[in-house]
Amino acid sequence: MIEEWQTSKGAGNRILMCGNEALAESAIIAGCDAYFGYPITPQNEIPAYMSRRMPEEGRIFVQSESELAAINMVFGASATGKRAMTSSSSPGISLMQEGISYLSGAELPAVVVNVMRGGPGLGNIAPSQADYFQATRGGGHGDYRTIVLGPSGVQEMVDCMPLAFDLADQYRMTVMVLADGILGQMMEPVVLEKKKGRKLPAKEWALTGAKGRKQNIVRSLWLPEGSLEKLNLKLLDKYKQIEQNEVLCEQYEIDDAEIVVVAYGVAARIVRSAVSRAREEGIKAGWIRPITLWPFPTEQISKAADEFRIFLVVEMSNGQMVEDVRLAVNGKSPILFYGRPGGGVPNVDEILEQIKQLTLRPKK
Amino acid sequence: MMKTVFKRTPTLKDCPTHYCPGCGHGIAHRLIAEIIDELDIRDRTIGIAPVGCAVLAYDYLDVDMVEVAHGRPPAVATGMKRTNPDKIIFSYQGDGDLASIGAAEILHAGHRGEQITVIFINNAVYGMTGGQMAPTTMLGQVTATTPKGRAAVEQGYPLQVSELLATLPGTIYIERCALSGVAQIRKTKKAIKHAFELQIEGAEGLSLVEVLSPCPTYWRMSPTKAMEWIETNMIKVFPLGRLKG
Repeated sequence: MIEEWQTSKGAGNRILMCGNEALAESAIIAGCDAYFGYPITPQNEIPAYMSRRMPEEGRIFVQSESELAAINMVFGASATGKRAMTSSSSPGISLMQEGISYLSGAELPAVVVNVMRGGPGLGNIAPSQADYFQATRGGGHGDYRTIVLGPSGVQEMVDCMPLAFDLADQYRMTVMVLADGILGQMMEPVVLEKKKGRKLPAKEWALTGAKGRKQNIVRSLWLPEGSLEKLNLKLLDKYKQIEQNEVLCEQYEIDDAEIVVVAYGVAARIVRSAVSRAREEGIKAGWIRPITLWPFPTEQISKAADEFRIFLVVEMSNGQMVEDVRLAVNGKSPILFYGRPGGGVPNVDEILEQIKQLTLRPKK
Repeated sequence: MMKTVFKRTPTLKDCPTHYCPGCGHGIAHRLIAEIIDELDIRDRTIGIAPVGCAVLAYDYLDVDMVEVAHGRPPAVATGMKRTNPDKIIFSYQGDGDLASIGAAEILHAGHRGEQITVIFINNAVYGMTGGQMAPTTMLGQVTATTPKGRAAVEQGYPLQVSELLATLPGTIYIERCALSGVAQIRKTKKAIKHAFELQIEGAEGLSLVEVLSPCPTYWRMSPTKAMEWIETNMIKVFPLGRLKG
């Protein structure tokens, strides 16, 4: 599974790209038929790149009048069986929640990229991880989930797109890529290559004109008694299957670790450096990085908590993923939290200091 | 020998509808079904149902259909038509859907000149939710949310969406019709057919037919009186005829 995510190292030619543009090109390679979006910082490089590249490939780019319209254009293209995506940043993603709920009810595939910025409200344009709850809990009305991928570097902005489109088509649902302003803006060398992709079911449900077959209907309204409950139970089955089969997670030096730092996205990059420094100073620390934020690597974290360890959760928010870590650890080990909300970004020294403080705590 | 002079058109399903007695949706559905059959486009047509009384239009029209969020059909149609230029895409929207919550979507679809066909049913009231004021509600009209009648000073004037859309360079054909009698119904069919034909020809722009349609239930009158009310009241504020194209 992790191989599916990673690009073969050294393959192809490495080129220097910013995260937003790398993600956009990767979407094109992954077979995105249509991109619809509305400008918002810090993801503007995506629509700008798409406006140039999609027509070159004979594909569709439309700048919509709003995020509401963008997600509904995705809905329309997806209903006809096309691979469609949109991208936005936090306030725009809030506006798209209506559409994501309808996509979920209608079981339509879609890829939505959230290059998170600080909130609430208009907030700021600094990087943030404050939309974790919104992304992993569904976000809009009704009982549904979206698969959430949390890239932590520019290469992973590339790697997540073919997987996102495959997962969306396989499970007929929204896959959200939860990036942030740093990942979108920073430049790193990347490898762009066409991947084999999954074997996917034919889209027999798609609206293509009822030629030689019965009418197809795409809907989320289920009025007869029991029919909506049936749909929800079907969705639940699908979600259970995803929780079982699609978890992605990376971990480092957990075996002898007394302290385990849990972080995702760009925060995990900073944590990785801090943990390496801690190791150099003789502190037995390791890290766990959830790559899929939903489904969450509950099992992996629970297993790490079977032995007594102190968990430190680091997020660029006031503490959102920490709740999933608490559910996973389930009281077996203590959990501490360090967060920087509102566009604050922790540095390596800050996190190292947090780790060092934990070593002063009395052992069990 | 008996001769069949009138029969159900194949694209209209053989089933009872949920519409109230005297409602105009049944007539409008039939017209669309007849046009799809006459133009022989059933196998490449995709319809978009609104949120409102016609939300179940796919239960009556035997074409590929989708039901979408309130007001968003023009955005959904944009996504469909751009990725499927060979398909015939139509949206069927009420006055709450198109003129209120979806005002931005229809305006910008028209503004971009999307090559779609819009059937806009104006019955001056919200039907499905129980007869509340619509943007197209007449001055003085009593609704569930204008118990004293719509007053311009408080709720504004009836919104003339077709006139507004006709000003946009992206729209190619806008006509307002009514279902208030046989002659008017025939004119409505001709207009809707023309709107479909433009899309089939690949004419560059959006076509819209506004249809003044009776809602006896929430106008609190008999079906016959409702038909008369279109003629005596609605047409004064929403004059019939071709506004563009």
